Amino acid sequence: MRARATRAVRAAVAAAVVVGLVGCGDGAASTPADGAAVTGTVMVFAAASLTESFTRIGRDFEADHPGTSVVFNFAGSSALAAQIAQGAPADVFAAAAPRSMATVTEAGDADGEPAVFARNQLLIAVTEGNPKGVTGLADLTRPGLTVALCAEQVPCGAAARTALDAAAVRLTPVTLEQDVRGALAKVKLGEVDAAVVYRTDAKAAEAEVTAVEFPESAGAVNDYPIVVVAHAPNPAAARAFAAHVRGEQGRAVLTEAGFQTP
Amino acid sequence: MSAAGEPRRRVAGDTPLPHAHPVVDRGAIRLDAPLLDAHLVVDRGAFRLDVPLRVAAGEVVALLGPNGAGKTTALRALAGLHPLTAGHVTLAGVDLDRPARRAWVPTERRPVGVVFQDYLLFPHLTALENVAFGPRRHGVDRRTARETARSWLTRVGLAEHAHRRPRQLSGGQAQRVALARALAVAPSLLLLDEPLAALDARTRLDTRAELHRHLGAHPGAALLVTHDPLDALVLADRLVIVEAGRVVQEGDAATVTARPRTEYVARLVGLNLHRGRADGHTVRVGDGLALTVADRLDGDAFVAFRPSAVALHPTRPEGSPRNTWPATVAGVQRHGDNLRVQLDGPITVAADVTPAAVAQLHLTPGQRVWAAVKAAETHAYPAAG
Amino acid sequence: MVSRPVAARRRRPGVPVALLLPALLGLVFLVLPLAGLLARAPWGSLPRRLAEPEVLTALRLSLQSATLATLLCLLLGVPLAWLLARVAFPGRRLVRALVTVPLVLPPVVGGVALLLVFGRRGLLGGWLDETFGITLPFSTAGVVLAEAFVAMPFLVIAVEGALRGADQRYEEAAATLGAGPWTTFTHVTLPLVAPGLAAGAVLCWARALGEFGATITFAGNYPGRTQTMPLAVYLALETDLQAAVVLSLMLLAVSVTILAALRDRWITSP
Repeated sequence: MRARATRAVRAAVAAAVVVGLVGCGDGAASTPADGAAVTGTVMVFAAASLTESFTRIGRDFEADHPGTSVVFNFAGSSALAAQIAQGAPADVFAAAAPRSMATVTEAGDADGEPAVFARNQLLIAVTEGNPKGVTGLADLTRPGLTVALCAEQVPCGAAARTALDAAAVRLTPVTLEQDVRGALAKVKLGEVDAAVVYRTDAKAAEAEVTAVEFPESAGAVNDYPIVVVAHAPNPAAARAFAAHVRGEQGRAVLTEAGFQTP
Repeated sequence: MSAAGEPRRRVAGDTPLPHAHPVVDRGAIRLDAPLLDAHLVVDRGAFRLDVPLRVAAGEVVALLGPNGAGKTTALRALAGLHPLTAGHVTLAGVDLDRPARRAWVPTERRPVGVVFQDYLLFPHLTALENVAFGPRRHGVDRRTARETARSWLTRVGLAEHAHRRPRQLSGGQAQRVALARALAVAPSLLLLDEPLAALDARTRLDTRAELHRHLGAHPGAALLVTHDPLDALVLADRLVIVEAGRVVQEGDAATVTARPRTEYVARLVGLNLHRGRADGHTVRVGDGLALTVADRLDGDAFVAFRPSAVALHPTRPEGSPRNTWPATVAGVQRHGDNLRVQLDGPITVAADVTPAAVAQLHLTPGQRVWAAVKAAETHAYPAAG
Repeated sequence: MVSRPVAARRRRPGVPVALLLPALLGLVFLVLPLAGLLARAPWGSLPRRLAEPEVLTALRLSLQSATLATLLCLLLGVPLAWLLARVAFPGRRLVRALVTVPLVLPPVVGGVALLLVFGRRGLLGGWLDETFGITLPFSTAGVVLAEAFVAMPFLVIAVEGALRGADQRYEEAAATLGAGPWTTFTHVTLPLVAPGLAAGAVLCWARALGEFGATITFAGNYPGRTQTMPLAVYLALETDLQAAVVLSLMLLAVSVTILAALRDRWITSP
């Protein structure tokens, strides 16, 4: 616990330094191209796997744009999509899967085309130190080895299915978790020996689990699209925030969290 | 016989006759060894119950006293629902509770049956099942227990109500089921806690007569706890009167009614009672009032007379040898067909007079009158012993 | 003749508006979401969706595990309720507060707590596995355990209340008739508190049936083994809102039917 906390502090300090350096040269961004002033509250609906990185990006954004305040609603991508469809007052929507984004664009709730701002790759999270010596997907079928996957209804489960099919591995997990955090928690608690999870999640938990990369993950990359919501209460700030996420500063935070950025 | 052994109850189902008693042979009652020999001492905070109690087989004793006298505590101690602080409960020679010797028999193993004040018939069971409950708990098989129960319900005249639930029974019927339930385990000691208190006046009359019959047939000891003197006088062979945790008087109905020893008992039996010093045919009571009495005695004495023996006069009466004294009317109440007049004066007495006399004398509170009692109407007896 | 309805109306005791209004509002508040589900239900495709084997499997598993969890709660919860109601022991207030912990704890945390005890590395889990070869997580037994953990307070609180309200003199009467403490409990106390017991069991069963958080955390989600209806509903929400609505309605219909049937049978005693 202590080691982890220290690490978090160190990461925060590093981020602050980066923000300080980059922030100075970027002051002009307060007024975007269309001339509307960026101020007020931005309501960002973001996938749960973005919680840590977007919280930091939000702080950076507020520092860059005095007078703004970023409010987040972190939840499962599909739950967020459903909320937007029901008229929730969102300015920006950042999803963990194109499918959830499609729900929003098809309903006409998006202002413009979504853009991919990050990619997440799968890896195998195993008990710390990898006591069972897992080296790839094929090892997961060994008898006596318990595995947790995400349910196929959620993006990490769908991606895992693609990867397993690509590797021609037939795997019977003990549980199909509702989200990637659930799967990872089972590894942390030692209830399963391995789980197929996102790289970002494994990185966030690197004190408690060991990550094992596998080649088939390249074929099951998960794209994270972002879009400004149609009828956004604060469209100017929404556009500025979306641009910030895709900008240099945003990419730096996302990369540090384990995402790949385009 | 199990008389000297452990106090396990036998139930009626053991024998063809439901009332056959396993412990007591009525032909062999020895007066010097009563079936129940108890000295009940229970401390409950500031209250202390200290009541010696002996009941012979076949005898019905009434524990009579005002509310809060400790009657129910005594009954609970006998049933094992409240432990004694000191003293003992010995039934048929077996110590059921004797703190000094650490002897204790739990309620369920005492040969004691209880009829509770509001009967406490199990609401989820029929009358028959209620009565069969006891025999079943004593190891009797279901069929025999039900037969025993049916025979008891027949005895109390409720055979056709066997399958009713308690809430479908009238108060009098519920009382009889409760009695049958208590008797179905053939207890050596039957305890009745205000068995008629919950009944209306009419039902009470019938039920009292019926209860009298069943108590007469009960071969074991019976203890009746009541605050109703009529219940006690009709049902019991002997009265034990308790006030504030102590026995104040004990004896058969005739003795107690004729010679009350406390204000409470006198009121119960409807007598005026005064304590004073006797010197021959004179007893000085109250503020020095000298009453002439028929009996001759000396020393500490009680004088008792009925309210109907008190005559009221507007002026001091002349003539025959009477006790007379001036008094003030404190109150007038209905009392049967007559009126009962409460009088203040050198002694406080109640007088029963006809409505006509009340009208004639204008008896209203505060009215001054003369009270008179003939010596022949009084009864004086020693206060000591 | 004409005045009869008027007379009847006058005779009815008055209902204060101050009670009636919030009562109706409360009812609307409870029923409106249900109406929402019914309004959004895809009635056309309903039969086809219900006939899907996964749905029936999840439903059967839900009913089985909720019933087993209720039995487990009865077995352990009734004696616990009796202890709390009838035995004055030091720390009784604390124990009573502890019993309600699962009510306050977020179910997911409850599931983690169960893992810490019964999991592979848990306080008891390792020993259970080594000694008896029993592993509870990811098994139907684990579902039952998780549901029982979350639902037991409902039973204990209901039964304890019933026991406190029951007239203990009936138990004394039973003792005078020769019934020992255990017989008195089974033959007198339990029948006396039967309505409270039934109400508690129904609450317990309903809570177990709807359990989600502790189940998915402790027992995981695997069709046919640990995927109960609430888990299936949640996952359906990820992809297909209509499917989730159908599953919810089905769970609702089945549970309401069962509860109504039970009520007629033994909740209203004769």
